[in-house]
Amino acid sequence: MEPDNATVSSVATQTRRNLWLDALRHLLEKRSAVVGLSMLIGLAAIALLAPALATHDPIQPLSDIKRNTPPCIRLLGCPDSQPQHIFGIDGNNRDFFSRMLYGARLSLIIGFATVSLALTVGTLLGAVSGYVGGWIDNVIMRIMDVMLAFPFLLLAIFLVAVLGPGLINALLAISIVSIPGYARIARASVVSVKEMDYVTADRALGVSPARILFRRILPNAMTPLIVQGTLGIGTAIISAAALSFLGLGAQPPTPEWGIMLAEERNNLFNAPHLLFIPGVAITLTVLGFNLLGDGLRDALDPRLNR
Amino acid sequence: MLSFLARRLLLLIPVLFGILFITFALARMIPGDPCIMALGERATAEQCFQYRERFGLNDSIPVQFAHYLGNLAQGNLGNSLRTSEAVGDVVLLRLPMTVELAFTAMLIASIVGITLGIISAYWNNSPIDVMTMMGANLGVSMPVFFSGLMLAYFFAIVLLDTPLWLPPSGRLTSGITLTPLVETFHWQNLSGAPLVVVTFISNMATINSLISGDWPVFWDALRHLILPAVTVGSISTAIIARMTRSSLLDVMGLDYIRTARAKGLREQLVIFRHALRNAMLPIITIVGLQLGHLLGGAILTETIFGLPGVGQIMVDSIYARDYPALQAFVVVIAVIFVMVNLIVDISYAYLDPRIRLQ
Repeated sequence: MEPDNATVSSVATQTRRNLWLDALRHLLEKRSAVVGLSMLIGLAAIALLAPALATHDPIQPLSDIKRNTPPCIRLLGCPDSQPQHIFGIDGNNRDFFSRMLYGARLSLIIGFATVSLALTVGTLLGAVSGYVGGWIDNVIMRIMDVMLAFPFLLLAIFLVAVLGPGLINALLAISIVSIPGYARIARASVVSVKEMDYVTADRALGVSPARILFRRILPNAMTPLIVQGTLGIGTAIISAAALSFLGLGAQPPTPEWGIMLAEERNNLFNAPHLLFIPGVAITLTVLGFNLLGDGLRDALDPRLNR
Repeated sequence: MLSFLARRLLLLIPVLFGILFITFALARMIPGDPCIMALGERATAEQCFQYRERFGLNDSIPVQFAHYLGNLAQGNLGNSLRTSEAVGDVVLLRLPMTVELAFTAMLIASIVGITLGIISAYWNNSPIDVMTMMGANLGVSMPVFFSGLMLAYFFAIVLLDTPLWLPPSGRLTSGITLTPLVETFHWQNLSGAPLVVVTFISNMATINSLISGDWPVFWDALRHLILPAVTVGSISTAIIARMTRSSLLDVMGLDYIRTARAKGLREQLVIFRHALRNAMLPIITIVGLQLGHLLGGAILTETIFGLPGVGQIMVDSIYARDYPALQAFVVVIAVIFVMVNLIVDISYAYLDPRIRLQ
């Protein structure tokens, strides 16, 4: 007996939903992934609520307090006669806590912006390369090889030098340097998927190559790219902070964690907390993305025995 | 093996050519007139024309690139716009510091990383394994410029006046100087390539003092190198530890290990004589790949610890818009990176016959 349409569609949606639910369930079973996810949700909340949580303006210097004043917290016995500054005052008379909150915003924007750009361009290049093959494949992949022959940060520094220092150019440089990694993964996935029977069937039916590539092949090649992208956000945040630390990225008085570290470098001896706080913040953010990325890799891999 | 070697060397040519071409092209995309940068705002059109003529900037781009390649082949890296020194001389003076730092970091990262990985795999799922892997996760996530500053704070400030105190900046304590090897051994008549090699080695403070047997200088140089090298190597240590653990655990599940255990071998022998040998292949690859991170990390770390390496002068040349110098530094570091990867590939093929037969 032929199954009716309703049964077919309900069976189809059921398996489809289960695949993603399975992945989510496996992700939530991994303790480290849950820790990473919670850290990132907390960070996102801080970033979104920064204007509400901040006690002072992150950029305007305060006039009524000395620079490098140590933290003063009411709950820990800060006298009422003194103003409360949870992380103290930085070397330029600004409330460090407010600057840290706005820094969370910038870090997330930096991470997502660079990876989105690199992932889009890299996937397109890799997919075209893998699907079309021939000399186009050769040209694209040899260019990627040469870019990978440079140490990552060195090429980023060189690109910023060419584009000119600044946050936007630093992000652009990191994006460009990250492209080859994604292109290679996308190409490998596309090559492994394009000989599958369902793609051959599409081709036999006369579906256009662009539609096959974007609707049939890419969705099935996305998994490793999602994992790499999540891990890449951590790398992008660290690299952007490094460029800012060298004075090539965000410029003062932007509340960006890397430049905040650089600005307070000379306070290592008298106010080490001004270095410790942004350093720990960068580390925890990157750790969050790394833990989530590792967890996603396991959760999205159907070959793993569970 | 020979055919593998030949194939691998042939593949090197387009990559090297690509590196040279990309750096050359990017350096020419930099905004601003090199003549104005070198001669100043008041340079006349006539002066600029002569300047451009002298440095071949009036030629077409392909001709300029050919000149550039020709100069490189003769070992001429160009002149710095800022100091008009030959960049080759600057590299010879500064690069040994960076190489010394990166390779010391690699040594520390390999020894510590592999040891931690073995411990973690041996006591798999024990508290010590969990602790090590948590530490490794943290190590991978911590930016070198932060770990460097924290190490400097701990060893130079908290441990001040204790025997464990380490200097937070500089290559040697002021007052201590390094005698060039050429003078120590009276090799005044050296010239050409041997002189370059001897000068390069001579500018690596630890190796120079070790060769000349100057122990006080060696000790001082080593103490100045420890914090930067640990800083640069921190991320790689974590990555190598993770790789060693997973690679060893993969191998430990194989049949021949069960056989080794079944014939009554002690566990240590099973790990060190049987498992580790096969587990080493992916570890070696990862160690080689780390060199790129280490060279990048060295640039950052030199600025933190005030070390006079290529990284520091590279950042200076960006601010000074000294592009010929910058281009030369990038090319030199990239070529070193490619060469190390080549050595890793060859040793990999040497260790694993399957690769060279492919």
